[in-house]
Order: sequence, then C-alpha cells, then structure tokens
Amino acid sequence: MNKINALIYFLAFSSGFCIMGIELLGGRILAPYFGSSVHIWGSIITVFMLSLSIGYLLGGKLSTHNPSLAKYGVIFFIASIMVIPIVLFAEPIMAFIFSHIEDSRYGSLLASTALFFIPTTILGMISPYSVRLLVTDHEKSGQVAGGLYFVSTLGSALGTIITSFYMVLAFDVNDIIKTFASVLGALGLLAIAVSQTRAKERTVCLES
Amino acid sequence: MFRVLIGCVILILSFGVYSEVIHKERSLYRNILVEESGDLLCLKFNEKTRKSTQSCMYKSKPKKLVFNYTKMTFASLLFIDNPQNVLIIGLGGGTLSNTIHELYPNASIENVEIDPAVIKVARDYFQFIETDKVTSKVQDGRIFIKRAALKKQKYDWIILDAFNGDYIPEHLLTKEFFAEVKSVLAEGGIVAANTFSSSKLYQHESATYYDVFGDFVNVVTDKNSNRIILAGLNAMPSDQQIAKRVKQLAVKLAPYDVDIHSLSEHLLYTKDNQNWPSDTKVLTDQYSPANLLNY
Repeated sequence: MNKINALIYFLAFSSGFCIMGIELLGGRILAPYFGSSVHIWGSIITVFMLSLSIGYLLGGKLSTHNPSLAKYGVIFFIASIMVIPIVLFAEPIMAFIFSHIEDSRYGSLLASTALFFIPTTILGMISPYSVRLLVTDHEKSGQVAGGLYFVSTLGSALGTIITSFYMVLAFDVNDIIKTFASVLGALGLLAIAVSQTRAKERTVCLES
Repeated sequence: MFRVLIGCVILILSFGVYSEVIHKERSLYRNILVEESGDLLCLKFNEKTRKSTQSCMYKSKPKKLVFNYTKMTFASLLFIDNPQNVLIIGLGGGTLSNTIHELYPNASIENVEIDPAVIKVARDYFQFIETDKVTSKVQDGRIFIKRAALKKQKYDWIILDAFNGDYIPEHLLTKEFFAEVKSVLAEGGIVAANTFSSSKLYQHESATYYDVFGDFVNVVTDKNSNRIILAGLNAMPSDQQIAKRVKQLAVKLAPYDVDIHSLSEHLLYTKDNQNWPSDTKVLTDQYSPANLLNY
C-alpha cells in the first residue's frame, strides 16, 4: 500500500471516529433542554443517519468530477468549520427551540437537525470519495470499499467507546468537540499539503 | 436427622419473609415490580443483578413511613412554615405526596415523574392521592423546571427525588440545573434532595450545591445510607427557632413515624464545616459524568 492510500485510510478512520464521538456527545448537549429520554436518542440517531445518507449521495456525485486528494482535504476542512457552530450556538439555538416547541420529541428533532445536519452530511461525503480515490482496478473495487468501511467503522466504534468511557470523565463537552474540529481541520490541511507536494514532485519529474 | 431439622427451620424462616410479586411491568425505562411480603408492599425497579426498592408501604398502617430517607425529608419543615406550593421531582410510590397532602390539605402539590408506568402503579397499588390540588405530570424533571421558570412559577418546597440508586440522570446533577431550580424557588423556600452519603460523587455533589446555593444542611442519620441535602435557605434559623419548630411539629409528624426531635439533632451545617476539598470540580452541563464518578 502506498503512502497516499495509507493517508486516505487514516483520514477515513478519523472521520468515523469524530462522527460517532459527536453523535454521542449530542445526547449530552440536548439533555438540558430536551431531557435524556429514549426519544432524544431517536432524534439524534435519525438526524445522523439521514445526514450521512445524503452525504453518501453527495460525496459519490462529487467524486465523479476530477477527484483529487486536494478536494478530499477540502471536504475535511469544511467539515471542521461546520462542527464549530455546535460549540458556539448550541445554547441560543436550543433555548429558542425550547421556547417555541412544547413537545420535546419534535423540539429535540429540530435541535439536532439544526446542530448536526450540516456537519454530518459533509462528513458523510468522505466515505464514497475515499473509495473513488482508492480504487484503481474495478475488479478490486468491492475489496477496496470493504476495506474502507472496515477502517471507518472501526474508527466509529473507537470514537464511541473512547468518548463515552474516558473523554467525558476528563474534559468538558465543548472541549472535546473543539478537539474533533481541530483534528478534522488539521487532517484536511495535511491532505491538501501532501497533494501540493506531490503535484510539485510531478512537475519536477516532467521538467527534468 | 439434625440436618433435616435445620433444613426445615431454614425453609420455615424463608417462608416467613417470602415475598410475592403481585404486579410486573416493563416500562420504557425499566422493569417495575410490586412485591408483597407480609404487611409490606414495595415498589421495586428490577435490574439484572439486584432489585432496587423505590418505595414501601405498610398495608395495615399506610400512614406510617417505611424508609428513613422519606422521614428525613421532613426535616425540611424545621426551616419553612406551612408550605403552600410543593414540587416533587420523582414520584416513586407517591408516599411523599400523600403525606404532605395529609399534613397540609390546602397546599398545592405538583408531582413530576418521567415514567408513566410508575404513576400508574402508584395509583393502582400505593393509594396515590390526586385531587385538584395534587397533580402528577409525565415529564423529565429538567424540562418541567425550565418551563416553570419561563412561566415564572414559584415553589416554596422543592423535593428532588429522581435518583434510583443505580442510575443518576446526569442532567439533574449540574450547576445549571440547580440554578434553574433556584430560579423557581420562592423567597424563604427550601430545596430538599434525596441523595447519596458515600462514594466519590459526594464531594462533587456537595461542591455543586455549594456553588449554586451557598451553605446548606446535610441530614444524615446513618453514614451508610442516604443523605438529604437542604439547600436554598436565605438564613439559618437559630437553635431556639429549631427547638420551637420541633415542638410544633412533633405531634403532627408522630403518626408518620417521623421523629422530628431526633432529626433536628442530625443536621450538619456546611457553614464553617465543609467536608469536601475546596478544589473539587463542580459538575456542569459540560462536565457531568455523575454515573462514572459514583463508585
């Protein structure tokens, strides 16, 4: 496996980690306004599944237009920026929804949509885009997709357990979310940087 | 022969305390059991490893309170006169509501319980009384109090009894929640919380109460059981005032088996007597791993 592919797998792993970490903290974020009953999880999981499904579609579509590692990095970078409003605006958004909607089921559904829909959709774009970047031989496309799902879902599993078992004991919810955002942003920039160096190397090769 | 005899004795003894499950129900949150053993009727939540008893009643003497912590809750009356608006978060068998209703028939009592099945069982098996003045509502306690604050409602006696021994709703043990509770507390009112007296959580909980309410009172009669936190008092009453209230309440509370005189001797004031490290981390909506700290 070449270094670029290893980087793509690592990025997919990290996005899986962050998605589930954020989803898990979603319960924490909503509880003060909408309680911690089972329908809160209903709202959160629905919104995450829905936005991931839309993200898969969009990511797949995007991958048909001149796919590149640089664009892949840009997806991460945008996702990182879209996670930040969870930290900055969760309180006023939830307070507004709380005062306008009595039923905590629909209140929590709307709040989780407002907070998580956009970042999760963008994070959802990563999986199909990764597959596009990794596949070179259509005979192996299924195997590559399998490997990618393996890595990103493993990331999700670890993101869930590490966040819920250890991180909530050590850090504030917002600090954990900020860390996820920074990691996503840094990885995006890394992908962009790597693709730039590669482009330069290629140009150098061609010139010589 | 001797062995057989021992066997018989054990069998008889075990029959003596034999308890029968007379109602079983799986609710959205848990398995609920109503168990009858002799004169005692108990509401239990069934977990895999053990049953946690939530509320009990003597069938022949329904007035008489069974649990120490229920009795301890009435230490609140040493600090307030004649409560008129009572809020109870966490219904259980409805024992507190029934008792307060009998003591103060004119008081309005709002019970908030997240689990509709618990309310049903309280009505069907524990003679939970509901009137125009005594109501129950199915809602998360945090949401109820937030809405009450928006409506500018005030209560002079707020009882927090939503922890079931195994699980703490973490959003009900944060600085922000207590601030909301404080915002619906009437002038001169009191908050009474039924909670733990051991575990690492003790310190965090104390620090969090102190952060919001300032000095408070712990009611602890037995180190290994629950404590009742009494918070929200503007001024601590003098010993004479307490003694006066003990006199007034003693007869009134006797039928419920509440020994108010003894309770008045188990009040631990945190003023000048903080029993937690001053750098203890306050629990907030941002940091509230209460269940992970409760060991």
